[in-house]
Amino acid sequence: MRSLSIHGKITEPAKSKNQRTGIKWKDNLTKQENSRTVRDSHYLIEQPSDSEWNICKHLAGIRKGFSLSLSFSRNTHLFSLCCDSLLSLADANHCKIPMERLEQEPTMAEPKKTKYDRQLRIWGELGQAALETASICLLNCGPTGSEALKNLVLGGIGSITIVDGSKVEIGDLGNNFMVDEKSVGQSKAKCVCGFLQELNDAVKANFIEENPDTFILNDPFFFSQFTLVVATQLVEDSMVKLDRICREANVMLVFARSYGLTGFVRISVKEHTAIESKPDHFLDDIRLNNPWPELKSFVETIDLNVAEPPAAHKHIPYIVILIKVAEEWAQTHNSNLPTTREEKNEFKALVKSKMVSMDEDNYREAIEASFKVFAPRGISQYTQDIINDSCADVGPNSSEFWIMVAALKEFISNEGGGEVPLEGAIPDMTSSTEHYINLQKIYHSKAEADFVAMEQRVKNILAKVGQDPSSISKSTIKSFCKNARKLKVCRYRMIEDEFRSPSVAALHKCLDDEEYRIAIGFYILLRAADRFSATYKKFPGQFDDGLMDHDVAQLKTTALNLLSEMGCDGYLLQEELYNEMCRFGAAEVHVVAAFIGGITSQEVIKLLTKQFVPMQGTYIFNGIDHKSQCLTL
Amino acid sequence: MDAVDVSKSRDLDKLLLRHGNLVDPGFSPGPDLRDDIREYVKILVVGAGGLGCELLKDLALSGFRNLDVIDMDRIEVTNLNRQFLFRLEDVGKPKAEVAAKRVMERVSGVEIVPHFSRIEDKEIEFYNDFNIIALGLDSIEARKYINGVACGFLEYNDDDTPKSQTIKPMVDGGTEGFKGHARVIMPGVTPCFECTIWLFPPQVKFPLCTLAETPRNAAHCIEYAHLIKWDEVHKGKSFDPDVPEHMQWVYDEAIRRAELFGIPGVTYSLTQGVVKNIIPAIASTNAIISSACALETLKIVSGCSKTLTNYLAYNGGEGLYTKVTDFPRVNDCLVCGPGILIELDTSVTLSKFIEMLEEHPKLLLSKASVIHGNGNLYMQAPPVLEEMLRGNLSKPLYDLMGRVQKDTIHVSGTSLLNEQKQSFSTKLRVLFKGADGVADMDTAIGA
Ligand SMILES: [Zn+2]
Repeated sequence: MRSLSIHGKITEPAKSKNQRTGIKWKDNLTKQENSRTVRDSHYLIEQPSDSEWNICKHLAGIRKGFSLSLSFSRNTHLFSLCCDSLLSLADANHCKIPMERLEQEPTMAEPKKTKYDRQLRIWGELGQAALETASICLLNCGPTGSEALKNLVLGGIGSITIVDGSKVEIGDLGNNFMVDEKSVGQSKAKCVCGFLQELNDAVKANFIEENPDTFILNDPFFFSQFTLVVATQLVEDSMVKLDRICREANVMLVFARSYGLTGFVRISVKEHTAIESKPDHFLDDIRLNNPWPELKSFVETIDLNVAEPPAAHKHIPYIVILIKVAEEWAQTHNSNLPTTREEKNEFKALVKSKMVSMDEDNYREAIEASFKVFAPRGISQYTQDIINDSCADVGPNSSEFWIMVAALKEFISNEGGGEVPLEGAIPDMTSSTEHYINLQKIYHSKAEADFVAMEQRVKNILAKVGQDPSSISKSTIKSFCKNARKLKVCRYRMIEDEFRSPSVAALHKCLDDEEYRIAIGFYILLRAADRFSATYKKFPGQFDDGLMDHDVAQLKTTALNLLSEMGCDGYLLQEELYNEMCRFGAAEVHVVAAFIGGITSQEVIKLLTKQFVPMQGTYIFNGIDHKSQCLTL
Repeated sequence: MDAVDVSKSRDLDKLLLRHGNLVDPGFSPGPDLRDDIREYVKILVVGAGGLGCELLKDLALSGFRNLDVIDMDRIEVTNLNRQFLFRLEDVGKPKAEVAAKRVMERVSGVEIVPHFSRIEDKEIEFYNDFNIIALGLDSIEARKYINGVACGFLEYNDDDTPKSQTIKPMVDGGTEGFKGHARVIMPGVTPCFECTIWLFPPQVKFPLCTLAETPRNAAHCIEYAHLIKWDEVHKGKSFDPDVPEHMQWVYDEAIRRAELFGIPGVTYSLTQGVVKNIIPAIASTNAIISSACALETLKIVSGCSKTLTNYLAYNGGEGLYTKVTDFPRVNDCLVCGPGILIELDTSVTLSKFIEMLEEHPKLLLSKASVIHGNGNLYMQAPPVLEEMLRGNLSKPLYDLMGRVQKDTIHVSGTSLLNEQKQSFSTKLRVLFKGADGVADMDTAIGA
C-alpha cells in the first residue's frame, strides 16, 4: 500500500490573518518563534489516486513507493497548490484531512531554496520539481556531453547516468574541464561523474563504463528506465537506431554533436505539449473588443465626466475609458468597432477629446492601448489548429493535455462564445486603487466562472472516454485555462524519416537563401562526414597524414551524392566549406562543445519542465560567423 | 615543446595549425601561432560570476595561459546554481580568488592572477596590459566604465582612422533568463558600448505618487516600504539590502500595506526580487554566451576564423533563436570617437578650462580631473595629489600641454548628461587658436 504524507510548515507575519481561506487544516502545533507564528501540520492520505500521486511525486521529487514529506516556508504558492491537490484528492478518496502530526524535519530546506533562487524565478517550484524527478542518461562524456550535464547538475537534476567506454587520454585534458592529469588512463565516465557529483550532492550521479553502442545494439530496454537521453557525438547509424528505441519506449531524446566550428542539436520526441509556453510578448487578455455583461455594468457605474474630487478624472483606468468610448463609437457606427486606419485615428481623437488636462496619464495610456479595441475577436489561427488537431478527438489513452483541448473546443463553441477562457489578470495601469482592485475582481471572477465551466467539461469528457473523471487536478485545469491562448504543440520527425526523405522544398529554400548557406552546408557535410567515416574508418582530415587534399575531394564527392539523393541535383555547397570541414578533422573544440552543450541543456530543461517552447528542427551551429539556423527538414 | 603539451591541444591544433578558407586575412597557422598565444597573450576577465566562471574555464581550454580576473564580490549561496567553480564551503570567500584557484587546479599550465577589487580602484594603465578584455558583467555602469577605459587607449591618425595598435578589443556577454547577447567591440572600428547604449532599456521605475497614493500591485507595496516608509521610520539610517533584518522589515511593511489596500501577492521572494532588482539567471544561458565570447576571443587573437560582426542576440525561451546584427558605429561618439574638438586661446588657464567643461553642452562635466599623455595636470583626489597639482590651475593650458598646436587630453569627473549624475571620462582634442599652423584646423568635428 502506498501512502502519502505531507508535512507543512508555514511561517507568516504575526499580524497577518489566515488568508488561506477554503483550506481546512488543523493546527497541531502553534508556537511563537521570533514574533512569528509557526504552524506545523501534517496530513496523511492513504491510497492517493494516480494523478494526485504524480503531483505529489513531482512536488517532492521522489519515486513511487516512498513516503513523502514536504515543507513550506514563506511559499504560499506551493502550499496552496499542494492543498488544492490534497483537497481534491480528499474529495475523491473520502479521506479525512488532516490526520496526524509528523515529528520529522522538513526536507525542502531553506538553503536549497536559496541556492536555486535565481532559477526558481524562471520556472518556479513545479518546474524545479520536474527537474528533480528526472533521470537523465548521457551517452559519451566528451566535452559536449559533460558540459550539457554540468548545467543540468548545477540546476538540481534528479539523477544522471553517464555511459562511456573510453579511457581518458592526454588529448582530453585540452578540451574537457571535467578531467585532469590524474584522470589519464582511467575511465572517462568515472572521472566526469566524480567531478559532476562534486558540483551538487543533491544529484544522484552514476556511470557505466561501456560503449553506448553496446546498449543501442544489444540492450535496447536499458533506455526505458530514463526520463530523457542526451546522446552526444553519435554517428548517423547509431542515431537512427537509438531514435527508434527511444520512440518505442516513450523516452525523450536529444542529440548533440560538436564538430570543429560546427555541430548540431536535435530533439526527437513524438510530441511535446506545453501549457506554460511563457512567451515574451503576448497581448493581454482584457477583452476590450468584447466586454462581458459584468464588465459592462461596472463600466456604467463610472462617469467619465466626474469633476469631484479633482484627481478622480485622471484616476479612471483606461479599461473603463476605452470600453465607454467604444460603446459611444458603436452607437454611431452601426454597432461596429473601428477597422480602417481612418476610423482608428478618429477613434483615438475621440478618446483624446475626453481629456480635461494634458497631464492625464490614464488618457495617454488609453490612446496607446486603443489597438486592443481594434483587435479581432475570437481565437488565433494557432489555437484553431490545435483544437482541430486529430488528437483532440480524444479516447481512453488520450493525455491530460488533449483531454483539456477537447474541453476547450467545446467551451469555445458554447460558454466561450468564440473565445477561450479568460486569463483573469490585468496589466498595471494608471488608476485609483479602488477602481483597479474592483476591475481585478471582475476579471478574476469571470476567469473563475470560465474555469468552473471548463472543469465540468473536462470531467464529463474524462468520464465519456472511460478515464477517471477526477484524474486531472484543479490546478492543472486552472493553469490550462490561464494559458489557453498560449498552448504549444511540438512534433518531431523520426531521424530515420528525415534522413531518408527530407523535405525537398525546405532544402531548396535553404540552399537558395544566403542567410542559410553555411548552415545547410554544414548539415549536409556533417552527414557526408559520417558516410565518409563509414567507408574510410576515419573522419575527413582526422589525422595529419598528408592526405588532406584527398579527403577534401572524397568529402565533396560524398556530399554531392548525398545532395543528389536528397533531390537537390544541380545544387552546390559553398566551395570553401569542404576544406573547412576537413580542417576540422572531427575535433571537439572546448568552446564549441560548451556552446552546443549549453543549448542542449537548455532544451532538456524546457522538455522536462514543460515550460517555454523547445526548438524545432535541427539546430546547426555556425561558429564561423554565428549565423546558426534551425533547419526543419 | 614537449610531447605532452603537443597532444594536449589535439583538438585546438586542428584550428590553429591548419590552413583554412574562411579565416582572417592575417591568419598564419602553425605551432608558432599556438605557442605565441600561450606565451604572449594576456587576457583580462572582468567579473567572476556566472559568465566569468565560464569564461575562465573556456579561455583556459582555448590555449590561453595568461589570464587575470577581477571581481569585488564574495561568493553567495544564490550563486551556486550556475557559478560552477564555487562550492557551498566557499561561501563568503572572494569570487576572483576561488575561481582562479579552481581553474588552475584543473588546467595545468594556466596562470590566473585574481584581483579582489573594484574595477574603478585599478590604475588605468592596469587595463592597458591586456590584449583583450572579456566582460562577464551584469551591470550597465560597470560595462560603461570598462568601455570608457578601453576606448581611452584608442588614438586616431590625422585622417581620423583609428591607430590599429591602440585598439583594445573587448568581448562582452550578458544574460537574463533564457536570453543573452555576445558582442565584439573593436573601439574605433565597431560600435562601442556607448554607441549602442539604447540596446539597454531603462529600468522600470514607479512614479512616487503611485507608490504613495494609488498602489495597485504587490511591487508597488514593496517599493513603498523600501523607498518611502523606510526613510520615514529609520531617520538617517540607510537601507542595506544585504542585511536580512532590513529586508524582513520591508517585507513586513509591504504586507501591512498590501492588506490595507486589499492587494494580493506580496511574498518574501518577490520583495527580494523587487528591492534588489534580481535578474534571473541559469547555468545554460551563461554557458552559451560565455563560450561564444571565448570563441570570439580566440578568433580575434589567432584569426583562425571570421569574427562576429558584431552583435549576437540569443533567445532560447520561445524555440531557439539567434541573430547576428552588424550595428553601425556612432561617428561622433563621445567615448570611442576621435574626441570633441575644443578650441581655446593660448591664454586660457587650466582652472578656466575646467570651468568650461562644466558648461559644455556635450559634457556638463563638473569636478574634472585632467590628464595629458602620461602626466596628471590636475586631480580632484586623492588630497595629496590635489595639493601637489593645485599650482597648475593658474597656468595656461597651452604651456602645460607643451605648447603644441593640437593634442589630445583626457578628462574625467561627474557628468549631468541625460539628466542623471554619473561618473564620466572622455578624451578631448584641444586646438589652440593663434598657435602655429592653425589654418588647417578641423572644424568638421566641432562641438
Ligand atoms: Zn562609441
